[in-house]
Amino acid sequence: MSQLSADRPAPALIFETGAPGRATHYVERSRPHGEFLPPELLRSELPLPDNSELDVVRHFTQLSHRTFGIDLGFYPLGSCTMKYNPRVNDAMANLPGFRDLHPYTPDDLAQGSLAVMYELERSLSSIFGMAAFSLNPSAGAHAELAALLVAKKYFKDRGESKRTKVIVPDTAHGTNPASAAMCGFKVISLPSDARGRVSVEEIEKVLGDDTAVCMMTNPNTLGLFEDHIAEIAAAVHRVGGLMYYDGANANAIMGNVRPGDMGFDLMHLNTHKTFTIPHGGGGAGHGPLGVAAHLVEYLPTPVVRAIPDGKSDLRRAPSDGMRFELDFDRPKSIGPMRSFWSNFAHAVRALSYLYANGAEGLKSVSQLAVLNANYLRVGVSEFLTTPYPEICRHEFVASAQELKKATGVRALDIAKALLDRGFMAPTVYFPLIVPECLMMEPTETESKETLDLFIEALREIVETAKRDPASVMAAPVNTVVGRIDETRAARQPDLRWRQSG
Amino acid sequence: MKIPSELLYSKEHEWAKIEGDIATIGITDFAQGSLGDITFVELPKVGAKVEQFANVGVIESVKTVSDLYTPLGGEIVEVNTAIDADPAALNSDPYGAGWLIKMKLADPGQTKDLLDAAAYTGIAHD
Amino acid sequence: MGAYTPHTPQEISQMLERIGVGSLEELLAVSPEIAPKAPLDVVPALPEYQIERRMQALASRNRAADYASFLGAGAYRHYAPPAIAALAMRGEFLTAYTPYQAEVSQGYLQAIYEWQSYICLLTGMEIANASVYDGATALAEGSIMAINATGRTRLLVSRAVDPRYRAVLHTYCGGLDIEIDEMAVGADGRTDGDSVLAAIEAKNYAAVVVQSPNFFGVVDEIDARLRSAIETSGTVPIAVVSEAISLGALRSPAQWGAQIVVGEAQSFGVALAYGGPYVGFIASTAEHMRRIPGRLVGRSLDNRGREAFTLTLQAREQHIRREKASSNICTNQAHCALIATIYLALMGASGLRDVAGLNLERSRELATAVSSVPGASLRFEAPFFNEIVVRVGNAAEVLAALQARGVLGGVDLGRFYPEYADSILMTATELTTTGDIAKLTAALREVVHVAALR
Repeated sequence: MSQLSADRPAPALIFETGAPGRATHYVERSRPHGEFLPPELLRSELPLPDNSELDVVRHFTQLSHRTFGIDLGFYPLGSCTMKYNPRVNDAMANLPGFRDLHPYTPDDLAQGSLAVMYELERSLSSIFGMAAFSLNPSAGAHAELAALLVAKKYFKDRGESKRTKVIVPDTAHGTNPASAAMCGFKVISLPSDARGRVSVEEIEKVLGDDTAVCMMTNPNTLGLFEDHIAEIAAAVHRVGGLMYYDGANANAIMGNVRPGDMGFDLMHLNTHKTFTIPHGGGGAGHGPLGVAAHLVEYLPTPVVRAIPDGKSDLRRAPSDGMRFELDFDRPKSIGPMRSFWSNFAHAVRALSYLYANGAEGLKSVSQLAVLNANYLRVGVSEFLTTPYPEICRHEFVASAQELKKATGVRALDIAKALLDRGFMAPTVYFPLIVPECLMMEPTETESKETLDLFIEALREIVETAKRDPASVMAAPVNTVVGRIDETRAARQPDLRWRQSG
Repeated sequence: MKIPSELLYSKEHEWAKIEGDIATIGITDFAQGSLGDITFVELPKVGAKVEQFANVGVIESVKTVSDLYTPLGGEIVEVNTAIDADPAALNSDPYGAGWLIKMKLADPGQTKDLLDAAAYTGIAHD
Repeated sequence: MGAYTPHTPQEISQMLERIGVGSLEELLAVSPEIAPKAPLDVVPALPEYQIERRMQALASRNRAADYASFLGAGAYRHYAPPAIAALAMRGEFLTAYTPYQAEVSQGYLQAIYEWQSYICLLTGMEIANASVYDGATALAEGSIMAINATGRTRLLVSRAVDPRYRAVLHTYCGGLDIEIDEMAVGADGRTDGDSVLAAIEAKNYAAVVVQSPNFFGVVDEIDARLRSAIETSGTVPIAVVSEAISLGALRSPAQWGAQIVVGEAQSFGVALAYGGPYVGFIASTAEHMRRIPGRLVGRSLDNRGREAFTLTLQAREQHIRREKASSNICTNQAHCALIATIYLALMGASGLRDVAGLNLERSRELATAVSSVPGASLRFEAPFFNEIVVRVGNAAEVLAALQARGVLGGVDLGRFYPEYADSILMTATELTTTGDIAKLTAALREVVHVAALR
């Protein structure tokens, strides 16, 4: 772990380096602002540091050396689908024709970008069995919010505003209840059964004419396939509710099963998970929102409208032989969710990934993601409890509860010990229903060798915990800093640099 | 774990100390221990009238957040503003410097809904 | 096989055997009633060199590059030094997740701490979050902060705030019982607050929202009378900044009374990319710290007393508070915030001041040139930053005719304001050349003349 080890001190904050006048000049000097605006509107000081380009390059390069990404090592973060991000996607997003296009460019000069959006939208609709997708929302949580706004408007139009309840299983991602609350819905939490799934009997207890939406992810966050999904969807539909599919776990289902066929009416995708868009340290994401036919007119604005151009073009791709417009005139739409049309650069990346795979490739992606997860699960179950010891989908959970009882070593300690060994930690303490939970998602881009190395590292940590628990609880020690005083961070918040003196 | 015998308790792990028609309210030693290092407390405004068992505030710790319920109903007459500057007092002295609100009781009879120390000892565990 | 999967057929067999299932199909078995009925209709699989050809062919269908462009209106063409991409595209930054494991994320956490600091220094606010999706969602989230702070459910928003931001605010408010009233635009292009003073003083509003420079490019501070009504009523003044370069010249929103500043930092080196991803920011005074949505990075110490960065105040967030969270935000725009931070680090105070000054200069050159055209005139008189509103007759027709002459003249204001259907919003930045302006002016002379004949 030499890249992230403590062999170098942290670079000083950018504000503590440089000298006035040292900045590299990228533009010519301007005339004094006072020539253009009255002095009372102008700022008297601009307390930003002036650093040379070399100093800035060194600063951020050193910061990169203190940052772990997929490019450095295995990143088995459950529910986050940290797969390899192919470089061709970035190269395509950076083609000047895409990169430099202004969002208000007239449609007739933006046909290439509109074609990208159209091809992506059509492909996603087919992969997931939806009538249409909106590429407007910026991330998964943003699409959830949009979906619930769609549901709210749909019910209002039908004179069913009494539908105020959103059902969310206790295994759901935290964004589900938070999004529901942002729409003024009341959240009903649904307990999972002993098999880690939603049972038809349990959900029927809470269904009624006040049910608006049931939000589920399938496979769920335990990595288990909800095998009664068709009956659950039927029960929700019987009382007039809508089914929402949280697509965070879509990497498990491509070419295998489609949310539309499972009975879902709305769904989001995290293309930054499933379609290899780099996470970039926590964004920007991209969260297409898919809907069944009866909800299409409620999608956010704008949508891309395709009109056959009448020319006998050879149709090799869905956009051939079409011209496109951005359609803002959608009277039933919930309106726009963001400043502009889409996180378009990410649409390019996602489409580039689709071209790399095609339908058969995507099917293989999901198969191998599930293969890797099960291989890892079987290996890990030799030394950690796996509370649901059955075939999982793209991820699974292990529990350190018994290890904790025996040795005092917790899931968090195991996570930190993995950092010392050059691996990113799994998701810990989620889902909430499994104590001392470690949630692992290897993805399909990892080789068997990597999985074997990870299993052995984890085995070694568990064995060390039994022999010398204190050493595991002291981890990490090979990283640039050790465990951080989070209480101090929260009680005495230091959230910005200040000029001293 | 301390459970002073002179106080009354709720199942939500709040305590109340009754002096005439004034009740002082806080969270128990067990509650602070389960929450971990407390970083922030949001309390009701003085003058607010609250129902028994209503949600009247929020307690944040480093990794979790919990609603504060009032074991008794009445009008808030004082809140512990010192806790803002020193939320650690809630961990170190939950029955003393870590008190949260004082209220003028709407109905002293509501104390019958609370537990004594012996009964509370029975539920103050995982 | 998937394009980026490393498995050999032998390994697949070995792994299946270890798991104890016979085939991949068996591993993913679902009941026939939900199995797909038809093959997926997806774009065809191509080898990588053909992906490049295909995407280049699509990119070449965008034909705006050869036009002289005066488009702005919330998305701005500025110079971005190549050092930005060289640094930001490093794999460590690009392929990291949200920095939950702080010990191996110190570099990114420090960069975000620096971003928060830059936003505070530029806006004059006490705290800033780690970013939100974009300017419009920043406004929606900032408004919800004010609603939660005041317990009031009405907002008062200037019509000179970017109409798309206002539309997004309406979308968000569609989920909650929040009402939005508008402030009119005065003849000089500034927000006219006089007619709403009484309503503000009656404590009707959670927040008053103005944008500066506003959608028309006009510097639009909250004036003294409006400010005093806001202060006495306990209303939260929110400032919107959609052209962040203006912060290099204009005094900070804190200096004219804002308590919450929201905005868009795309101008700091983030590509136009047909609308995204961009990067929104939310900054506020210290009293709103617990209500600010999204991630916050803080500086603390590690177990050996070394300075260290970590995500902090996470109890506000969705993964802990679930339905009681301050927002449902999970992702931020970390990578775009990183780009903006590198931009500001490269530019420094002197560079940002120069860029801002050149925007002031070029836009005045544009204003002078355009208003010399018979039939074209500036609609507003108030001081502006880098955008102007030009009255031309029928804006849609004039823009179409300009386009035929190789010029993207700006945004048709009639698209958002029926009363301004005769006007175009034009933008000049440091990248606007004298040649561009001459081309526009020459075309405008022909076009406005033609329009006037109709």
